[in-house]
Amino acid sequence: MLYVKKFLSSLWKHVILITVAASCIFPLVWMFSSSLKTQQSVFTDMSIFPESPHFGNFVEAWVEGSFGTYFFNSVFYTASCVFGVLFISSLAAYAFARLDFPGKNILYYTFLATIMIPVPGAIVSLYVLITKMGLINTRLGYILPQINGGLAIGLFILKPFFERIPKDLEDAARIDGCGRIGIWRHVFIPIAKPALAVVALFTAITVWNEFVLAQLLFQDPSKMPLQKGLLTFWGGQLAQDHLLMAGATITVIPIVVAYIFLQKHIIAGATAGAVKG
Amino acid sequence: MASEKPHSINNPFERLRTSVASNYIFVLPALAMFLIFNIYPFYKVFQMSFIEWNGIDPHGGVFVGLRNFKEALFEDEIWWGSIKNAAYVTFLALTLQNFLALVLAWIVDRGVRGGQAYRSIYFLPPILSGVVVGLVWNWILRGDGGMLNNVLMSVGLEEWVRPWFADLRTALNSVAVVHMWKGFGWGFIILLAGFQGIPRELYEASRVDGAGEFRIFWTITVPLMIPVFALVSVLTILGTMQLYDIVVTTTRGGPGGHTEVPMFTIIRELTGNQRYGYASCLGVVFGFILVMVSVLQLQVAKRAKVD
Repeated sequence: MLYVKKFLSSLWKHVILITVAASCIFPLVWMFSSSLKTQQSVFTDMSIFPESPHFGNFVEAWVEGSFGTYFFNSVFYTASCVFGVLFISSLAAYAFARLDFPGKNILYYTFLATIMIPVPGAIVSLYVLITKMGLINTRLGYILPQINGGLAIGLFILKPFFERIPKDLEDAARIDGCGRIGIWRHVFIPIAKPALAVVALFTAITVWNEFVLAQLLFQDPSKMPLQKGLLTFWGGQLAQDHLLMAGATITVIPIVVAYIFLQKHIIAGATAGAVKG
Repeated sequence: MASEKPHSINNPFERLRTSVASNYIFVLPALAMFLIFNIYPFYKVFQMSFIEWNGIDPHGGVFVGLRNFKEALFEDEIWWGSIKNAAYVTFLALTLQNFLALVLAWIVDRGVRGGQAYRSIYFLPPILSGVVVGLVWNWILRGDGGMLNNVLMSVGLEEWVRPWFADLRTALNSVAVVHMWKGFGWGFIILLAGFQGIPRELYEASRVDGAGEFRIFWTITVPLMIPVFALVSVLTILGTMQLYDIVVTTTRGGPGGHTEVPMFTIIRELTGNQRYGYASCLGVVFGFILVMVSVLQLQVAKRAKVD
């Protein structure tokens, strides 16, 4: 009896939890389901498992819809930004954690503070700046501001982590003849791998999902990342509606796969990012 | 952090870091990026808000004093309309979305079978891009062949059928629903982390004293959670007011500007109308509003904590 009572009292909780969970997953299921339908059936066939799934849609989207190009562009932008953020922020975090130089604290807090202040208008002047630098419609113009955008979170996560690394390890490395660069490279970077992974994943997801800057910067489809490519495709050929959901699926698959395997690090980075922001 | 001073001049390891100035090399790349892409645009947006410039004129436009601000603050009804729209969605997000996040986090924190799985699932929408989320929901809610309308027709609710994102009565609410769908996982994950940071002994103690679940929630959990509530509220406000991707992929500001939001207006003034100065000015005004709101929010939370 007690068991039944306990079950009933927790039943309403499960009803709420499951309903919300289903609503989170359903749109993605529907997206995938739609991606397998044809132009004729996509707005009439309301089944979740279409009778004859057209996996060819993915090939068509990849080749004719240019999603292959967009995909590799996104991979390139994401990889470049992750590398840039890890390299630059770990160097700076090492200096802020271990080295002395005048104005160190002021500099560190200016770094963090300026990024916490929302300046939605800065996108306007950033656009002007990128134009003036001749970087409009270029890959570099898209990558550099996003590396900068990731530095704060990198510093925010790495500096405290570096500070906790025992000094003995550094001293040992010094005895072996390591200088500052050597210590950064051979002591701090290897030990900080878990923290670097968090920064890398957070940066990767942010860059992969970025849209506003891509929207402003790119007119040339051969350089567009997926998010902008999707929008171009949506606004473009109307006779290829069914390929849009295939494109959307291609866009989310890497994120979902990464999330399934690395969610602990992703959630850690996201919460750190939220607290920072 | 206690920065180490040289233990002694003879210390051979200290000689390696003889030059303090050379330590700057490590922060130089970060500093350069920061100056170019943060500080300069920050300064520039203020400066540009006092000019009228079409982005082409090589002289960089003309100084117009406060005219942009006068227009933004007193004359531009579309602008205040978009602030109002974003504020409406923000209000819904602060109440409905955060209430849902709170209830879910509370249930999961109290221990429920499969809590980890729920946590993973609820955080899935937040890591998806706004573009994909917007397009997929557009797919579900579209007037012609959308899934929701098909379902409504098959259950005999024909009068409800409509293009949800294009109907005046439902467009803004539909945008709000999509935004909240994407956003509640954020509140959930932060609130859950907050709940889990509360020492379990506090609950045990008051349970021994005979307090019920709701009493425990009000007397122990809520007071301890006020800073977390404040954080979630500020993040909700900042995130929702700057809504953009979802609007572009669902309504594009329509029907008739009915779902236009500030970021949308700013970017249209910039790339559409080529009014660089005015777009900057709107950005400054908007940034000011956001900072004010979040400062206010944190102050209120601080006061509530003291009481």
